[in-house]
Amino acid sequence: MASELAGVPAAVINVALVLVSALTLLAGYRVIKGPTVPDRVVALDTIATNVVAIAVLFALQRGRGLFVTVSLVLAIIGFISTIAVSQYVVEGDIIE
Amino acid sequence: MNVIQQAVVAALVVVGSFFLLVGTIGLLRLPDVYNRMHATSKATTLGAASIFLAGFVYYGPENAGLTSLVGILFLFITAPTGAHLISRSAEKMGIPFFGDQVTWPGDNDEYDASNGD
Repeated sequence: MASELAGVPAAVINVALVLVSALTLLAGYRVIKGPTVPDRVVALDTIATNVVAIAVLFALQRGRGLFVTVSLVLAIIGFISTIAVSQYVVEGDIIE
Repeated sequence: MNVIQQAVVAALVVVGSFFLLVGTIGLLRLPDVYNRMHATSKATTLGAASIFLAGFVYYGPENAGLTSLVGILFLFITAPTGAHLISRSAEKMGIPFFGDQVTWPGDNDEYDASNGD
């Protein structure tokens, strides 16, 4: 597999990992504070997308392609949970 | 890996982090659930897709690079679907718009019909 990055690109990826992790924590503010339930669902969807980006950045940092597959599974889980919660808050039931 | 490939990976990661930053600022600062949904569904999708593209450049067109392309396709299909479902559920719950300037399209049509008569 491809070797690990070194020099400036490795530093860029480290800074990006720190930045995206901080953004994920900041989105948690909207989950706690958000005035309505759809606000919280939007914030959780944003957190799911940020975690996908974190997994890909980790795959780039370590040079391991396995974590790209992990990010794809996380994307599928985030999409299904968004659909399930937005159905639940309206209908009060997921499968009728 | 040669130098050009590493530079392209770094540039795509910078662009993706910038879009994720813009989307999260929009989530925190905009006044309304519809505005927040609009900001996050576009910006974070573009940011994560750009980082996936960096993964494709890094790993080449084989195992993990091909998975990255599938991830881009999946994000571009599912993010608008999720945003549409969230805004539909917000509309069914009766959450109003921010301010008085914006109304639903049905109300505008009614207003025009009453004006014409």
